[in-house]
Amino acid sequence: MNTALTTRRASRLIAPDALHGPPTLEAHLRRYGPLSLGGGPGAQGRDRLLAEIERSGLTGRGGAGFPTARKLASARAADRPALIVNAMEGEPASAKDRLLVGTTPHLVLDGADVVATVLGAQRTVLCVADSAPEMARSLVRAQQERTGRGRAGDAEVRTLSGRYVAGEESALASAVAGGPGVPRFRPDKSVPLSVGRHAAVVHNAETLAHVALIARYGADWFREVGAAEAPGTCLVTISGGVECPGVVEVATGAPVSEIIGLARLSSPPQAVLVGGYGGTWLAGEDLGVPFAPGELSRLGASMGAGVLVVLPGGTCGIQETALVARFMAGQSAGQCGPCLFGLPAIADDLAAIADGTAAPEVLDRLLVRCGAVAGRGACRHPDGVVRLVRSALEVFSADVASHVHGHPCRGRAAPSGLMAQSGLMGSFRDGWGR
Amino acid sequence: MPSIDLWYTTRASGLVALVLLSGTVVLGILTAGRARSALPGFARAEVHRRLSVLTVVFLAVHVLTAEIDTYVKVGWLAVVAPFTSSYHRTWLALGTIGADLLLAVAISSALRQHVPARAWRALHWLAYLSWPVAVSHALGMGTDSKLTWALGLLAVCTAGVVVAAGWRVAGAHRAKAALPRTVIRARRSIRSRAAGATPGIGGRP
Amino acid sequence: MRISVDPAACDGFGYCAELVPELMALDEWGFPVVSQHEVPGELLDAARQAARACPRRALLLAGPSRRS
Repeated sequence: MNTALTTRRASRLIAPDALHGPPTLEAHLRRYGPLSLGGGPGAQGRDRLLAEIERSGLTGRGGAGFPTARKLASARAADRPALIVNAMEGEPASAKDRLLVGTTPHLVLDGADVVATVLGAQRTVLCVADSAPEMARSLVRAQQERTGRGRAGDAEVRTLSGRYVAGEESALASAVAGGPGVPRFRPDKSVPLSVGRHAAVVHNAETLAHVALIARYGADWFREVGAAEAPGTCLVTISGGVECPGVVEVATGAPVSEIIGLARLSSPPQAVLVGGYGGTWLAGEDLGVPFAPGELSRLGASMGAGVLVVLPGGTCGIQETALVARFMAGQSAGQCGPCLFGLPAIADDLAAIADGTAAPEVLDRLLVRCGAVAGRGACRHPDGVVRLVRSALEVFSADVASHVHGHPCRGRAAPSGLMAQSGLMGSFRDGWGR
Repeated sequence: MPSIDLWYTTRASGLVALVLLSGTVVLGILTAGRARSALPGFARAEVHRRLSVLTVVFLAVHVLTAEIDTYVKVGWLAVVAPFTSSYHRTWLALGTIGADLLLAVAISSALRQHVPARAWRALHWLAYLSWPVAVSHALGMGTDSKLTWALGLLAVCTAGVVVAAGWRVAGAHRAKAALPRTVIRARRSIRSRAAGATPGIGGRP
Repeated sequence: MRISVDPAACDGFGYCAELVPELMALDEWGFPVVSQHEVPGELLDAARQAARACPRRALLLAGPSRRS
C-alpha cells in the first residue's frame, strides 16, 4: 500500500550495486575519488578538517546523536588518544553496521583515517561482535589493500563479546583495554574514557563513513540534504510487518511513514518502534513525524540506532513489548541492583498484563517500578527499557485496558514474536545468546 | 624467665582469643545476610571490626607471653614461620599459620583504602580458614583440651560458627529461589565471562 | 556537599540508609535511593560516617570538605 512518496533512497553510503560485494580499494577510489587529508598531517591541516566537520553539523549515528565535531574537539585535548571504532551492532533490530562494513569497508576506514589524523591518535581499534565474524573478515581484507596508506591500514581489528551493553562507550573502552567490557559509572562525562594510560574516544562506524565523505566533498555538500539540526543521510533498518525488511539510506528529516514505505507495507501499520529496543513506540497517527531529533523528541522518541520496527494491525503490541522487555532484562550487565532486579520485575509484570493474568494493581506496580528504575543505573540501559515500556502502555492503552480486565485485545501475538520473526533477534531464547 | 603466671596467661589469652575469633567470624558471616535483627547492618559490621581488634590484641598477648616464658622453648622465628619450633611442632605450626592469616587480614583491613578491592576480598576469605586452624591448634596443643569446661567452650564456639555458616548457605539458596530466572542466568553468564571482575553481587565473603 | 551513589559499585548492603535515613531510602530490592542530594550541615558527620561504613565504597560525597 504505497502512496506517492517524496522520500527516495539516498546513495551516499550505499552504492546501488552494493549487493555485488565490497569493492576493491581501486573501485572504491573510482567511485568516491581520492581522500586528501586536508593538506597533510600538520596542525593546520588537522584544524581545517575539524572545522569542516564542525560546519557540516554531523551528529553521531551510534544512538546518542552527539555533535561529532564537539566530541573530536574535546578528545584533541588529550595526548595521543586511542580511536575506537564501534561496529558492534549491539542493537538487535539494527543491521546497518553489518551492511556498511560488508559493502563499503573502505569508507569506514577512510573515516577512521581522517579522525585519527585530527586527533593525533596513537592507536586505532576497530571493534566488531563475535557473532559477526564476516565483518572482521571484511575489514581485514580491506586493510590488506591499505597497508602503508594511512593509519587505518595498521589498525587492530578486535572481535569482542557482543552483548547488548557491550556496545556502550565505556563498556567498549573497558573491553578494548582487556577489562570486563561492562559500562562504567561516569557521573562526569567531561572526563574522557581511557584505555590503559591513554584517553580514548569512541565513534560509530556509520559516523566515520560520513566523515570520510565530508573530508572529500566538504561541509556544504553534506548539508545539501537532510534536516537542518542533523543534516545528511542516515542508515535506517526497517523490519517487522514489511515485505522487504532491510537497511535503507535516507535523508534525515524524511517522514517516518515514507521511510517505512520504502520497505513496502502490505497494510497500514498499527504502530512503529523507533530507535531500537530501548526506543519509543509511535502510534499510527503520529507516523508523519520527520525522522529528525527535534521533531521526534516532541513525541518522546529519538533516532537512536536508526531502527524502525513496524507493528502490523492484528499483532498485540503489549505482547511484543513484553518479549523485548524480557530480552533486555537478560542483557543487564548485572552491576547495578535497580537494573539487575528491576528490569526482570518490569518484564514479568508486563508479561502478566500481556497474558491477561494480571490484576489491575499490577499495572500500578509496573508504573511505580518504571519510575523507581529509571536513571539509577551506571548506563542508560534501564532508562531505555523504561522508555519502551512507558510508550507501549501509552500507545497501546486500549489493549492494556482489555488485558487488565481479562479480555483479549484486538491482536494476537505471532507464536515466536514479531521481533524474532524479523530474523534480527538472533538467539533470543536465553537472552545471552548474542 | 620461667614463670607459671606467664604460662597461665598464655593459655588463658589463647582461649579468649579463640572465643573472640569465633564471635568475629560469626558476625562476619552474618554481615553478608540481610537478616533484619535488632542490630542494624552497619552496627553488626562495626562490632565485627571491634571484636577483630580485640582478637588480635589477645592473640598478641598469647604469642608474647609464650615467647617470653622460657618454660617451653618456642623461638621467635616460630611466631611467623611455621614448623620451626621443636615444641609440639605441628600443632604450634598451626597456631603460627592461623596467626599469619589473621595478621594478613588485620593489616589489609586497616589499610583498606590502599588495598585493591579484589586483594582485600581474597585475604578476607582466607580469614575463614584461620578459624579451623586456630581450633585445631587449641585442641592439638593439648594443654587445656582435656579440661571439660575448655572443651565445652570450644564446642559452643564451634556450634556458633557452624550454625551461622549453615544459615548463610541455606539463606543463599533461599535467596536464589526468589530471584527471577533471568537474573540467575544473567549472573551465571557474567561470572563465567567476566571472571574476577564482578563487584560481587552475591559473592561477598 | 552532595551525596550520590555509584550504582555499579553498590551491592545493596543498606548501611547508608540505616545511618542517614533522612537522605537515603531503600527500594523494594534493598538498593539505595537518594531522596535528598544536598547534605544539610547537621548531617555532614553522619554522611561521612555512612560513606566510610559502605563496604563497597559506593557512597560518594562531593563538594567542599569532601574527605570521606
